[in-house]
Amino acid sequence: MVFTLALRNLIHDRVRFLVTLVGVVFSIVLVSIQFGLYKGTEAKILAVLDNTRADLWVTAKEAPAFDDAALLDGREEYAALAVDGVDRVETLLAMFGRWKRPNGGITTTLLVGIHTDRDVVTPWNMVAGNVADLKLPDSVIVDRAYADKLGVSSLGATAEIRDQSVRVVGLTEGIRSFTTLPIVFTSNDTMRALMGIPGDRATFVQIHVKPGADVSAVQSALATKLPNADVLTDAQFRNRSVNHWMFGTGAGAALIMGAVLGLIVGMVIVAQTLYASANDHINEFATLRALGSSSGYIHKVILWQAVLSAGIGFAIAIGMAYAVAALLADTSLQVLISAHMAALIFGITVVMCVVSAISAIVKVTRIDPAMVFNR
Amino acid sequence: MTRPSVLTARGIRKTLGEGAGRVEALKGVSLTVHDRELTLLMGPSGSGKTTLLSILGCLLSADEGTLELDGEVLNGKSSEQLARVRRDHIGYVFQSYNLFPTLSAVENTALCLDVRGVGQAEALRRSQEALDAVGLTHRMNAYPRTMSGGEKQRVAIARALVGEPSIILADEPTSALDAENGRAVMQLLSDVARDRGRAVLAVTHDHRTEAFADRIVEIEDGMINGSRRPAHSETGATADLSNVTPLPTAGSKNPTSSEPRSPSPKNRRTGSSGKRRASKAKR
Repeated sequence: MVFTLALRNLIHDRVRFLVTLVGVVFSIVLVSIQFGLYKGTEAKILAVLDNTRADLWVTAKEAPAFDDAALLDGREEYAALAVDGVDRVETLLAMFGRWKRPNGGITTTLLVGIHTDRDVVTPWNMVAGNVADLKLPDSVIVDRAYADKLGVSSLGATAEIRDQSVRVVGLTEGIRSFTTLPIVFTSNDTMRALMGIPGDRATFVQIHVKPGADVSAVQSALATKLPNADVLTDAQFRNRSVNHWMFGTGAGAALIMGAVLGLIVGMVIVAQTLYASANDHINEFATLRALGSSSGYIHKVILWQAVLSAGIGFAIAIGMAYAVAALLADTSLQVLISAHMAALIFGITVVMCVVSAISAIVKVTRIDPAMVFNR
Repeated sequence: MTRPSVLTARGIRKTLGEGAGRVEALKGVSLTVHDRELTLLMGPSGSGKTTLLSILGCLLSADEGTLELDGEVLNGKSSEQLARVRRDHIGYVFQSYNLFPTLSAVENTALCLDVRGVGQAEALRRSQEALDAVGLTHRMNAYPRTMSGGEKQRVAIARALVGEPSIILADEPTSALDAENGRAVMQLLSDVARDRGRAVLAVTHDHRTEAFADRIVEIEDGMINGSRRPAHSETGATADLSNVTPLPTAGSKNPTSSEPRSPSPKNRRTGSSGKRRASKAKR
């Protein structure tokens, strides 16, 4: 009966219910998109890290992120191999490179040099060409999204990196960087040749520990051996990269602030409408109180109204947010809303509406049941 | 024969407002309401009848005095404890019906049981029985907006009855009704008292309702002015008027008898005509 009363109270005041829903929907669409943008941005920051495997990363001292790291000194690979518990070691190159378009324009790119004979890091989402072709000298793989920016749109197209000709042997789809710099995959050998990097130096050394080995112990031992480098677990390196770009630049804070503002606006609208609804139904609540209902019973009616508003508002809002995410899928504004995030946003919606109900609950708690005889 | 008392108030005092607006609404009122009786509490506007009804209904606390319901002293109870007393012992009939516009007749009635934690199926079954009893079998699923005033008040009476309270308190139950519906509602309340064995106390200023009363208590200026039994009353009950100032009668400006006095010629007229009206309403 509590549920029935709450639902009918909501539907009875159609205009007010509509206003409540507009408030919830506006708020939750905003929150969903901000969260989705946050996750989309995070996905771009971690694009390469999400597609590589390593237990430990050796990076230059205080390297802030994957795509903003200096070269290591050059003896890290061998030092790592000498540590107990290390199974194998890979090197990875990543640095900025000037790309000259066929028509002469210049674009800065993030060059990633990989071992073509190992599967540690390989370009993913290939839509044309073959990763194995990177073994060919001066070959590169680029993403379709950056075709215009790079001036190449098909296999076989050529451009220049540091005045040396390169040829496109593969195209990917959906590999974007947070910095908006195109990621250009090439082989370790080609990259060393293009950028003049000595054979014993790398941007990162990826450590794979033996099965059953203690990762923390290996990390400590490596850190002792390599005082001029940072030895990070995969999780630590990911966090460092995300924190650098999200909070070092303020981008993440802006997204979170947007979400918080959305929540505040939603709470104000919902609180106002629930309070007004409680006010309109005050005589009914006083009657309930006179009939002997506990305060808790009346609170349940209001809380159900809040939860129903949250549920219906969320259903509309999340649908709209998914539609926006789909519309933006092919743009640089990637909005990622996972099922897990949708569940989290539903929880936030319910909490927002329940918190908004407090003013209405305070109002009905103060009801004088004697007012039923004074009306 | 004295009926068992259900509700007893002794020396109830209540002051309302503050400063210049301070009014002593009740000045030491004592009153007993008996089982199987329809008692009318009558008085002019501002006499304190609604304040007294609110206190008797555990909706308002008295400044002084004691209140006893079904043998339980209610003084000093918390608001939640009083809510429980209202839920378990008292049924209310309000002047403006106070039905929930979004609920049907049967749901409005069942709500009274829902607040007591009665299961939905059981609550609906008992509510249907209560609506049957007030002659609204055909209007179970009607919403208040589609009902006449008389039907709404009958739903309100069904709601008051469904929880099987010891006492039903009615606030001006006929004031929003036309004469015919008013008679029907009063007849229903009278039947509730006599046939269902409930104590019914109705506040009213409508003298047409006297015909249905077993006892009439008059209140004026915050004090009980007297009590009487209309001629038609056949209950034989004795009112407890130990703290009541009886109404003045011819030859005695200030009688001290605590028994209800015999109807005055005027009262007899009211009583007999009321009896006729009651018979007509029953028909």
